[in-house]
Amino acid sequence: MSKMFTSAEKHLKSRHRAELRFRWMGRLAILFSLGFLTIMLFSIIMLGKGALNRAEIALPIDLSIEHVDPSDIEATSFSKLVRNALFEAFPEVTDRGERRRLLGLVSANAQYELKDQILETPSLLGQVQTLWLTASDDIDLYEKGEVDITLPQDQRRLKDLEISWLKTFEANGQLRSVFNKAFFTSGDSREPELAGILSALIGSILSLTICFVLSFPLGIMAAIYLEEFSKKSYWSDFIEVNINNLAAVPSIVFGLLGLSIFLGVFGLPRSSPLVGGMVLALMTLPTIIIASRAALRSVPGSIREAALGMGATQVQSTFHHVMPLAMPGMLTGSIVGMARALGETAPLLMIGMVAFIVDLPQGFTDAATTLPVQVFLWADSPERAFLEKTSAAILVLLSLLIVMNIAAIVLRKKFERRY
Amino acid sequence: MADNDITLTGRKRPLETLVKGALFLSSLLAIAVTIGIVMSMAFETWLFFKQVSIWDFLFGLEWSPQTAIRADQVGSSGSFGAVPLITGTLLISGIAMLVAAPVGLISAIYLAEYASLRVRSYAKPLLEILAGIPSVVYGFFAALVVAPFIRMTGGQLGLGVASESALAAGLVMGVMIIPLISSLSDDVINAVPNSLREASLGMGATQAETIKNVIVPAAVPGIAGSFLLAASAAIGETMIVVMAAGLAANLTANPLEAVTTVTAQIVALLTGDQEFDSAKTLSAFALGLLLFITTLFLNVIAMRIVNKYREQYE
Repeated sequence: MSKMFTSAEKHLKSRHRAELRFRWMGRLAILFSLGFLTIMLFSIIMLGKGALNRAEIALPIDLSIEHVDPSDIEATSFSKLVRNALFEAFPEVTDRGERRRLLGLVSANAQYELKDQILETPSLLGQVQTLWLTASDDIDLYEKGEVDITLPQDQRRLKDLEISWLKTFEANGQLRSVFNKAFFTSGDSREPELAGILSALIGSILSLTICFVLSFPLGIMAAIYLEEFSKKSYWSDFIEVNINNLAAVPSIVFGLLGLSIFLGVFGLPRSSPLVGGMVLALMTLPTIIIASRAALRSVPGSIREAALGMGATQVQSTFHHVMPLAMPGMLTGSIVGMARALGETAPLLMIGMVAFIVDLPQGFTDAATTLPVQVFLWADSPERAFLEKTSAAILVLLSLLIVMNIAAIVLRKKFERRY
Repeated sequence: MADNDITLTGRKRPLETLVKGALFLSSLLAIAVTIGIVMSMAFETWLFFKQVSIWDFLFGLEWSPQTAIRADQVGSSGSFGAVPLITGTLLISGIAMLVAAPVGLISAIYLAEYASLRVRSYAKPLLEILAGIPSVVYGFFAALVVAPFIRMTGGQLGLGVASESALAAGLVMGVMIIPLISSLSDDVINAVPNSLREASLGMGATQAETIKNVIVPAAVPGIAGSFLLAASAAIGETMIVVMAAGLAANLTANPLEAVTTVTAQIVALLTGDQEFDSAKTLSAFALGLLLFITTLFLNVIAMRIVNKYREQYE
């Protein structure tokens, strides 16, 4: 008897151990996901935070009358001014190849910056002025401490010669880091130090506008019909299966639809936010319909019965009483759908929104790109300096998504009703 | 006086008829989109099969879609055997499912059965974040962090790992689809009636034994449905494979080698310069149709299973 008891006790112990193991497996599974999320976000933040700053080099530039004619500023060769200033900073450099490398310290855009500064404050003219100009991407990386100078020279883009020049600049206080406003105010560029996200951001906003204008009204109308008017039949079941399936169709398939119908058959402009928005609208539609139907379903039948009982028609009852009550839920679902559309890349590649866009898109039919496509394009660029731009663009995209999702949550919390 | 007479028969309301008609038409849009998808791809696919036989496409072992500019060029015919793409897709989605199925299911069990309300209220939305992050972000992370890490680890173990290995893309994709499995499985586990739980616990089973022997078996159809939906999402996922898996059409089952997928090839074929009606461009639509049919099949089965299961306990 006691023998049997101890064996059962032993067995019980091992069963309790198994219980504990199982519980820990559950915790580990959740920690795995959250750990991955943390590592991913952390590494992107670490990579991307550098893009907020950029390096500038101060150069004493001779703006005396013999170099710049104050009555005809446009005629000046600003590139020559920058060039002379650099040569004068290091008069000992005479070799042609080395002089060219010296010119590579500042961004290709430096001459235009100089021009802008002079046009803005013409009082600079007439004497030698020390002005700050954007450094090139390699210098920028050096200034941020991302160049490993312990590596042998042939394994890095920045050679000892450039570094010795930079050391001189640093010693004289001619190298500084400033907030990289250009990242938020300019379009794409081949030069990493000049590339910005504004054109992509505008492209995203334009596409989402089209997407919302099309999918929101159509989505809630379809939901209202299915929830309030249609009788349950094979037909309504068929529509429902269709909607549920569309919600799970791979996004790239919608891109193929856009390519062959919107571009091929209707001949709408390629790469435009108009077509991008239309494709995104088709993708978002099922999400909005499903969310809106759930919102309509949560409105209690007594509301409808009361309205009908007072003599309202079914259309009146729906549009005057049921729809306003379901509106917060519908909007929440739409915002979630919009957030998903904002992050979508693959279908937009199909309709050619994968373009190099320097100028800001002016309208719905201009060639444009969107934030996630910009991320994709930059991630493909070989320059090391685009790495931080890519990460920073991702951070901007994620911040927008967070804002949209918080808006959805606030909306839901604020208008949530329990009947 | 006649104007004030109360009439009990309803007045004609043409506007309402119009509104109802508009509502009905917008509900048809979903069907129109499905038809549009099928039509757009079916037409191009038909043109493609006029140039390349369907047999070669479905069972050909070699994929190199270059068509020649000059007729005498080497390899001018271009070969359109989709098998390496299909196996590549299956390999990467398989790796993704190996990650997502256990982690997602166990997370769902923990959240539904063990976690306190407080833990649940934090953990569930946090898991959902994984599903909300755009796939281009996962692709970037896979190419930049995960792939080099796997390559380095493999190198230390003496394994040759391709820089764009299937493993990196699959692992990251797996994490992305965890919430698909965990949230749907969580729902179905919650839907298992409490009486089953209580009966098992009352007989002296531990909680883990109850879960393994009673709850999970009762929820199997729903869990299977969530797996199928996740697999469908993995097969259709594009950006991760475009950025992290590359374009080399290798016929291999080795996860350390580079493979390509159906979606990655569609992107490669249709971005950049293209001429309509060339077999190269048209083949992308044939691949798209293949993808659509596969995912449609998986989705419909999954939704059938889940719906049946829901009815069972309602």
